[in-house]
Amino acid sequence: MSAPLLDVRHLSRRFDVSKPWLNRVIERIPRVHVRAVDDVSFEIAKGETFALVGESGSGKSTIARLIVGLLKPSDGEIIFDGKSLARGLKGAEARRLRRRFQMIFQDPFASLNPRWRVTEIVAEPLKVFNTHKSDRERRKRVGELLSLVGLSPEDGAKFPHQFSGGQRQRVAIARALAANPEFIVCDEPTSALDVSVQAQILNLMKDLQAEFGLTYVFISHNLSVVRHMANRIGVLYLGRLVEVAPSHDLFARPQHPYTRMLLDAVPDVEMTGRRRKKVEGEIPSPLNPPSGCAFNPRCPFANERCRIEVPALKPWRGQPVACHGIEEGRIPDGPAQPIASVTAP
Amino acid sequence: MAEPVLSVKNLTVQFPTRRGVLTAVDDISFDIMAGEVLGVVGESGAGKSMTGAAVIGLIEPPGRISGGEIRLKGERIDNIAPDAMRAIRGRRIGMIFQDPLTSLNPLYRISQQIIETIRTHLHVGEAEARKRAIKLLDDVGIPDAARRIDDYPHQFSGGMRQRVVIALALCAEPDLVIADEPTTALDVSVQAQIIDVMKELCRERNAAIMLVTHDMGVIAETADRVAVMYAGRLAEIGPVRDVIKNAFHPYTQGLMGSIPSLTTDLDRLLQIPGSMPRLSAIPKGCPFNPRCPKVFDRCRIERPDADPVAPDRRVACWLYPEVTPA
Repeated sequence: MSAPLLDVRHLSRRFDVSKPWLNRVIERIPRVHVRAVDDVSFEIAKGETFALVGESGSGKSTIARLIVGLLKPSDGEIIFDGKSLARGLKGAEARRLRRRFQMIFQDPFASLNPRWRVTEIVAEPLKVFNTHKSDRERRKRVGELLSLVGLSPEDGAKFPHQFSGGQRQRVAIARALAANPEFIVCDEPTSALDVSVQAQILNLMKDLQAEFGLTYVFISHNLSVVRHMANRIGVLYLGRLVEVAPSHDLFARPQHPYTRMLLDAVPDVEMTGRRRKKVEGEIPSPLNPPSGCAFNPRCPFANERCRIEVPALKPWRGQPVACHGIEEGRIPDGPAQPIASVTAP
Repeated sequence: MAEPVLSVKNLTVQFPTRRGVLTAVDDISFDIMAGEVLGVVGESGAGKSMTGAAVIGLIEPPGRISGGEIRLKGERIDNIAPDAMRAIRGRRIGMIFQDPLTSLNPLYRISQQIIETIRTHLHVGEAEARKRAIKLLDDVGIPDAARRIDDYPHQFSGGMRQRVVIALALCAEPDLVIADEPTTALDVSVQAQIIDVMKELCRERNAAIMLVTHDMGVIAETADRVAVMYAGRLAEIGPVRDVIKNAFHPYTQGLMGSIPSLTTDLDRLLQIPGSMPRLSAIPKGCPFNPRCPKVFDRCRIERPDADPVAPDRRVACWLYPEVTPA
């Protein structure tokens, strides 16, 4: 295998959520940190779509922000095409690398400046990276980009509020594409949209990927969307990766008890008669995570070791899984999901 | 035949604006029987929440019910005085909203909020109300209810708060519960728990549920019958299994096809071109006609009504000839 495009090694990020200094002194309480992302490692090859799934508070958006450099990691490294980003890049080199990855945000109502016309929004990366020098060149390129995402070049004169949610997300995608990136981090790109619009955006993203050979990091809480989009999936729970697997395998043979639970919890839209197992408990507070494996209070297979020792991500049948039970072989193979046998008509 | 708990006939809700009258809900009719869950689905702007708001009499002015009638167990409730409606709301119709944090008052303990609600609607003493409140919290699955009842809303997690809201909605033993996107703000693993609790409690109490949501998965799991709304109108209504497995209306078909599947590998999702029309520019004829793959001349001129086309199924589409029930 060739070198991965993105290599994330032992990435951690802590947030200081302590009370103010005076309160700490008077109430005699120590500093408090949240480990939003804790020792996460994964690789992404060129041209693939790697998805991160998890419930709220699992650290998926924090990872997205760390990758694009909106946050600095507390520990660990992010290596993009052989160059480490975490150590801080300066000047021209930073700019050259930055141009190669872009981000699409969840809320197209918040990620577009309401006072700018669409042309200005989409042209900003062209200006920043100085790829198109004259105004006329830029305007021409914006027109191309807008047609590429299914809008009309005339739409450039409009303001964001004149568009629907789906159209705004198209504008955000056009802006991300403006700098000709190779790598796009998509943080819940469709969760603010209606299903029929979501289908349009997902199809558009797949088309663009095929056309430009893009690599995506796709972050979502919606398992069926992730299954549709991703080649490989990493499952996050309380800031740690619990399982990484090719998309098809993850849905056919989920290993980690949390992944199994998550798949069981998805409503059965097609009414195949699949019975949902009742899920117990809720995701614990990241401020005070359980000791040992973070999933142990909800896990039906937890034993003493799970409550004490944090499991590491170890390969199991070729797929990394972080679970003592799997490693020791005391968790039975889950019943093969009906998903495994069915293929497209 | 038994009398429906809720009967909505030709309901129309309009908003007069400076640029003309907008019709948010347009000539909708449906019934809900006791113990039944009717799912109302649609995309944003389809008028599903507005239909729920009309039933509980909470349409914000200048919006108003401009036509049709709403009957709760045979009594009209759409034209009664605000005071009389207030007595029904909470007592006979319970409500569950999307965001549990905004439907609970952050400054009052859970106990105060539930006990107040119980005592407003039922003639019981403080001690009895508290006993009932603890029992209710226990029923909705809050562990250690006797102690947790004196906590404040911020001390509960999102899923637990939504359980409290369900307890509040059910505390006066209503005939009908209107749940507007009750699980949208929750994680999937918690979603399933909340749906189960809601369904089980309503079945025990024989209450009808009107479940408003955009999530087809939730509908498939929860509802007995489903009404699909588009641009303020009813596109299709029928038993949930039939509608999902064998949708008649091209809009429902498109909607189902655009949901990525957990069981089948598809390269591309079915996509409905365009987007829902704005209320100020609803096309003539069938509102779906500019996006419909099977459109023909009649669709552009004449508006289809939601007419019966099969047992217990009504569809507003010219493709299907009306069948008069024998």
